Amino acid sequence: MEHQAKAHLLEHRDDEASKLGMWLFIFTEILLFGGLFLVYAVYRAMYHTQFHEASLELNVIFGAVNTIVLLVSSMAVAMALTALQENKVKLSRQLIWLTILCAFIFLVNKYFEWGGKFEHDIYPGSELLKKLEHGHILYFGLYFAMTGLHALHVTVGMIILIVVERRIKAGKVHAGKFVFLENAALYWHLVDLIWIFLFPLLYLIT
Amino acid sequence: MEIFAQEKINKFIGKMRAEVQEFYRGTYLENTGRYKGIWAWLTSTDHKRIGLMYLYAIAAFFIVGVIIGLLMRIELISPGKTIVEPQTYNGFFTVHGIIMIFMVVIPGLSATFGNFCLPIMIGARDVAFPRLNLFSFYLFLFGSFLAILSQFLRHGPPDTGWTFYAPYSTTTGTNVIMATTAAFILGFSSILTGLNFIVTVHRMRAPGMTFFRMPLFPWALYATAWIQLLATPVVGITLLMIIAERLFNIGFFNPELGGDPVLYQHLFWIYSHPAVYIMILPAMGVITEIIPTFCQRKVYGYKAIALSSVAIAAVGYLVWGHHMYTSGMSGKSLWLFSFLTFVVAVPSAIKVFNWLATMYKGSIDMKPPFLFALFFIFLFTIGGLTGLVLGALATNIQVHDTSFVVAHFHYIIFGGMGFAAFAAVHYWFPKMYGRMYNIKQATIASIIMFIGFNLLYFPQFIIGIEGMPRRYYDYFPEFQPAQVISTIGGFVLTAGLILMFYNLIRSARKGEKAPANPWNGTTLEWQIPSPPPLENFEEIPHIEEKPYSFK
Repeated sequence: MEHQAKAHLLEHRDDEASKLGMWLFIFTEILLFGGLFLVYAVYRAMYHTQFHEASLELNVIFGAVNTIVLLVSSMAVAMALTALQENKVKLSRQLIWLTILCAFIFLVNKYFEWGGKFEHDIYPGSELLKKLEHGHILYFGLYFAMTGLHALHVTVGMIILIVVERRIKAGKVHAGKFVFLENAALYWHLVDLIWIFLFPLLYLIT
Repeated sequence: MEIFAQEKINKFIGKMRAEVQEFYRGTYLENTGRYKGIWAWLTSTDHKRIGLMYLYAIAAFFIVGVIIGLLMRIELISPGKTIVEPQTYNGFFTVHGIIMIFMVVIPGLSATFGNFCLPIMIGARDVAFPRLNLFSFYLFLFGSFLAILSQFLRHGPPDTGWTFYAPYSTTTGTNVIMATTAAFILGFSSILTGLNFIVTVHRMRAPGMTFFRMPLFPWALYATAWIQLLATPVVGITLLMIIAERLFNIGFFNPELGGDPVLYQHLFWIYSHPAVYIMILPAMGVITEIIPTFCQRKVYGYKAIALSSVAIAAVGYLVWGHHMYTSGMSGKSLWLFSFLTFVVAVPSAIKVFNWLATMYKGSIDMKPPFLFALFFIFLFTIGGLTGLVLGALATNIQVHDTSFVVAHFHYIIFGGMGFAAFAAVHYWFPKMYGRMYNIKQATIASIIMFIGFNLLYFPQFIIGIEGMPRRYYDYFPEFQPAQVISTIGGFVLTAGLILMFYNLIRSARKGEKAPANPWNGTTLEWQIPSPPPLENFEEIPHIEEKPYSFK
């Protein structure tokens, strides 16, 4: 009894609780994007032809490449977790770096994609956009808002993964205590999942 | 050899035991950690200390909100200009709303008494994530700081009202961005508290404490936490959209660019109606704790009360449209929202009847917490029934955006949540500080506040029906008598508040020592010393029966 009490004082640890907390946080993230999806749904219904016209402006290749990159990254982080559980620390760290690399490629792609739009004078408040119809303006507004918020999440995810990698290197996250990596991976899957919805909504549905 | 090892083990256990006992000796109010003085509080992850820090911060913001409210009442004592210009008045009601809603009422019970009591009442040593708890407190402080800062920066205080309705909020020149950022951060803090509480209830209940052996305040907090978690992100993104509108002119809510301002109202109320239940559910939980204790009688309809909290949380999501009857909606949505509004009144009424039934044949002890609880039931019932006047389609058109709404809202939020918070302070005060306040003074203060409250808000119902619009700086002379009564009521209420604060602050330091269980309560927080030891329980209790079994 005393041992337990003392152990409790020194370290309070409940991996199930940590995971439950992460899942609840993911609910909130989904609802955060949910607001934007709702706005998208309303305006798509109101201006469906103009949404169709505007969506043709997006480059499906860019979007598809980014989708593949993110799917690979999600697989890599899942493998990193399994590797750590099997005590293959080095492999796990390599796979996390692969995930981070994929995230970086995604952002570079996004940079060029957005850059292209800016070059064509397509951005909120631009002269060209003002001359277009309402549906076009809202479509591009939503495009920038949704992909922008998503890119922010990608960046946050990258930072979290870097922290996890440092902790694994320092031996604080290991085969006996991997919940931090597990939660980081869960967050990364969320980032991936949201993109899986954004890609068809913005690029594919015409 | 073996004997030697046994001796060593015994010695080790003895040493451990001494250390553990040493650890438990101090109360949570004494410093044991690395830091001294105020730092020992500011860096503490102890749920009891965090609860108290929230309490102090919220009390300070509450006083600011009261002062602004009182200034508005003075301004309204006569038509035309009395003390301030119209633009300042617009700033006043916006700031009053932002402070009172986001900084006082939303965190008011769950972050203070929830933090203090929830772990103890379910037999835990702390919440599931103590550091996250402290972090959410600092987010709260930071958000509050930004909200206050927005009042003093160059472009002047926001003048949109706390609802930030588009398109005005996207075009006005005042500091809307900072105020919405503040609300976003405060919302994030609220989400983290909710998340923490859900995990705490799921993972930290003492052995034997099934969900239906949990006291009803934790039940209310649990239902509230789900609303905090699932509704707040929606207002988060909505406020971000307002910021994006102002910075980049995207056009979400701007009709010139094809957007729809009514869509903003939908998004805003999808959160902000459930937010009303974030405010009132913990209050109902507090009342449910107090009534059985001061009647010394088992609570009537335990399961009905527990599940009605969940029902309110669930149905509360679906009634947001009743804020928008006049904004333009299809006839079908109108009657559906109205119907659901009437449905959500049912679980609230269930609670009221259960409280009354608990009192029946109880041995009632009219101490201040119980008195506050009675006032709560009285005021909440008036607020609830006038809510039905607002929820009905035909009558709503008459009283929409009049001071009738102001009166209804304050009866629910101040008369309900506010009086429940006062009840909670007077109920758990001896547990928090190990000292007792002056019962007579507390009783007098509560009666003064009750009289002042009704003087202040009841006339607003009447002139609201007669057509006095809310948020108006000026009014027709025929409304003046009622406005004067209201202002007098405001001063009476403030006098009661001052007496209450004086009594509590003095007693926290100099009150006579309180026993561990002054009210003869049955829930776990009364089974441990006052003030509680640092880790709450020396040994985690085993729960064998339902709560509220008075012997």
